[in-house]
Amino acid sequence: MADAPGTKMKRRLIKRRSSLFARGEPMVWMTGAALVVSIAMILGLLGIVLVRGGTTFWPQKLKVINLVDGRALMGELTRTEEYKPEAFVFDALPEADRAAAKKMVEDNRGRSTRYLWRTGNNSPERRTQGFTEVSDFQVKSETFPEWAVTIERSEWGRFYGEPIAFLTGEERTAEDPATAWELFEQNHDKALDMWDQASEIEKEAIGDLDAALEKERLRARSVELEHGTNSPEHVKALEARAAFESAQNPERTKLRAQVDELRAEAGKYALLMKTSYGSEEPVRLVDIIRAYPANRLDFFDKVGIYISRWWEYLTANPREANTEGGVWPAILGTIVLTMIMTILVVPFGVLGALYLREYAKQGALVSLVRIAVNNLAGVPSIVFGVFGLGFFCYTIGAGIDEIFFAEQLPNPTFGKGAILWASLTLALLTLPVVIVATEEALAAVPNSMREGSYACGASKWQTIRRIVLPRAMPGVMTGMILAIARGAGEVAPIMLVGAAKMAPDLPVDGEFPFVHPTRGFMHLGFHIYDVGFQSPNAKAAEPLVFTTTLLLIGIVIVLNVVAIWVRARLRRAYIEGG
Amino acid sequence: MVEDNDMQREENAQIPVQNNPADDTARSVPESASERPLAPMPEGQHGARIGGVFESVSRGVAFDTDVHDGMVDKDCVIEIENFNLWYGSAQALYDNSMGVPKGEVTALIGPSGCGKSTLLRCVNRMNDLIPTVTTKGNMRLSGDDIYGAGVDVIELRKRIGMVFQKPNPFPMSIYENIVYPLRIDGLRDKAILDEVVEKSLRGAGLWEEVKDRLDDNALRLSGGQQQRLCIGRAIAGEPEILLLDEPCSALDPIATGRIEDLIQELKGHYSILIVTHNMQQAQRASDYVAFMYLGRMVEFGPTQDLFVNPHLKETEDYVTGRFG
Repeated sequence: MADAPGTKMKRRLIKRRSSLFARGEPMVWMTGAALVVSIAMILGLLGIVLVRGGTTFWPQKLKVINLVDGRALMGELTRTEEYKPEAFVFDALPEADRAAAKKMVEDNRGRSTRYLWRTGNNSPERRTQGFTEVSDFQVKSETFPEWAVTIERSEWGRFYGEPIAFLTGEERTAEDPATAWELFEQNHDKALDMWDQASEIEKEAIGDLDAALEKERLRARSVELEHGTNSPEHVKALEARAAFESAQNPERTKLRAQVDELRAEAGKYALLMKTSYGSEEPVRLVDIIRAYPANRLDFFDKVGIYISRWWEYLTANPREANTEGGVWPAILGTIVLTMIMTILVVPFGVLGALYLREYAKQGALVSLVRIAVNNLAGVPSIVFGVFGLGFFCYTIGAGIDEIFFAEQLPNPTFGKGAILWASLTLALLTLPVVIVATEEALAAVPNSMREGSYACGASKWQTIRRIVLPRAMPGVMTGMILAIARGAGEVAPIMLVGAAKMAPDLPVDGEFPFVHPTRGFMHLGFHIYDVGFQSPNAKAAEPLVFTTTLLLIGIVIVLNVVAIWVRARLRRAYIEGG
Repeated sequence: MVEDNDMQREENAQIPVQNNPADDTARSVPESASERPLAPMPEGQHGARIGGVFESVSRGVAFDTDVHDGMVDKDCVIEIENFNLWYGSAQALYDNSMGVPKGEVTALIGPSGCGKSTLLRCVNRMNDLIPTVTTKGNMRLSGDDIYGAGVDVIELRKRIGMVFQKPNPFPMSIYENIVYPLRIDGLRDKAILDEVVEKSLRGAGLWEEVKDRLDDNALRLSGGQQQRLCIGRAIAGEPEILLLDEPCSALDPIATGRIEDLIQELKGHYSILIVTHNMQQAQRASDYVAFMYLGRMVEFGPTQDLFVNPHLKETEDYVTGRFG
């Protein structure tokens, strides 16, 4: 009996200790490690974005570095890196300094530190990149001039120098930096005000004249379409148009003169700056967005400038091919796009899910539809972009144009990329997410509630509307949150259907009818791509990539937090009974 | 529908198998415990105890419900005539006939799976929600056909109140729960709604507890309060009959006692048809009792008669707890 197979087996089983894998400790460590790696990656990503994006706007000191070759550079430090200099780089140095430079590098184990200085001072005459690379062995001495001033100009980027005088037209006053600076502070707002006034007249009054003229042109064009070119009616319409234009002329000339006068007056004021390379250059006050004596700032001044730069970034239009100024149009575009998308996708998704779950007879066909919907979520987003372009813009949009806006052709009204088409494309892209989440929420509504409602004499639709849908609302909100998170970050499809590098007219503004679905729009995601990879001045734009990323993440988080808050309220009301 | 299907399957399973719920092991007769349903019953102890009715049921032989004399001339709000029901191809109800007397409480009792809930749900046609169900026979509500070609089910259900096994208040305020049957009729007059809320909540014995928090979410009430709220909701539409499907099975003894008291208070105003598993409850709360077994109506009579002097041996066994 002792040799019975059962006994042997039993002995084999109890002889050894249970193996490490059987006890499962390694799995605890493995799963824990996987989680830690994921969290570390997310935190690392957020950390980089936060640090680099958050420090971009902090004002830096201005340093003048005197190089061994006799040049002097004034600027802000933007990047530091270590490298191994090749032997030939020393040949560029003056003979007297070569030995010292070589020794310095050798002492540092053959390595050198390279600094990237933002030296600015770009202008039509002196086209520079605005950045200079300097290795530590090239530097002879460094100073921090007290009156070094950083000027942010509306064109040509930053200007660094020391003020030496204040100019009013030809007249030169204030021969020392302190007084010149004082005069600048006194006159800056005044000059800007005058300039803005001129722009206002140009935009409003002259803009109205232009709009009226355009209307006349379109009237003539529709007469032409109706009665044929050079028909008597057409000729008459053309004459009327010409008469209208000449009637406008005195008004137009008067306004133009007014604008020119204001501009000339405002442009009189200038700050005469001495640069590090010795030249004296005037900077017009109207060109100055912001200026500060970088080495005279205390902490609170710096905070003030930091905040004011963020404010400009959040509220102003971009300048200089998007590398300067703000991203307000992109913020607004992103939000409006996401909102229109949400308004479109949620009702559609909910209706679809309602039919699938509540009305359709469950069977092979419904399963097939369900699989198809799920698979739609896996289609690459650029495919949706291509579909949106081909179907919405070129088929539906062009069709609308032909029927309703024939006189404007060949200029398309609807038959081009527009925020409406982009929203529709994104809605299509996020539809599966909403349908799946809603279906799950509907399935989770207890049958006892449905029965209770039927027993009260409610019809199916009344039961759905009053009991099932409210109860499923938190689930619908989950779908909406996922859709927002996905939709707000998509770049590829909207590039094809309306996102623009620069869209001067906002999709939502104070002009009737306030929402303009046919306009192109800017988008933060596209902005990141454009600034980071399509910019003529990549070095100047690089910090902005991080800032914009920070902003986009922030907006997605805010939209989500709002949705989560609403969902928590709904859940309390309809599920937990809070 | 998932829950329904499960329930339905459970019931299906029990009908053909007939693994005699008389739980023979309790009486230490191991041989009969393993007996197959349709095998002939052995003579002796078993056959003596379980009489002819269960045997005919097992063999599928028709038999007449034993209706007590007291039931004959009652004024009935619900009349059930030879009602049959199938889940798919499995028959769950066989030729059920009974009447629910007006203004009184009628209880349906019987072992699990005997079809008493199914029969109850047929009264307001809740079984229509299960696609596989087919029926034969008729029921009448105050003389109007319940099963008929031109019957508007929604209007029919408005004349019948129903309370379920588990409290199922809607995810809205107490007030809105009560007025739900009126809201779906499009009633908006605040004065009428207020009146209905007070009347129904008083009727359900809940008014004093919730009158100051009518706008609170109903899901925050306790289980017993929720069930009384459901009763209030069921009587808000002034139904002709109240169907209670084991209304106390999810409640603790104190809440159960309150519901039973409530049933006594509602009696007279409303006709009540209640399904219960609890013999004591049936005895305490009802005026008439119908005993069902495997889809058949076995015996139907006044509660005291049926509990004290049952005509059939099987009924006696069941109500005394020797079987079931």
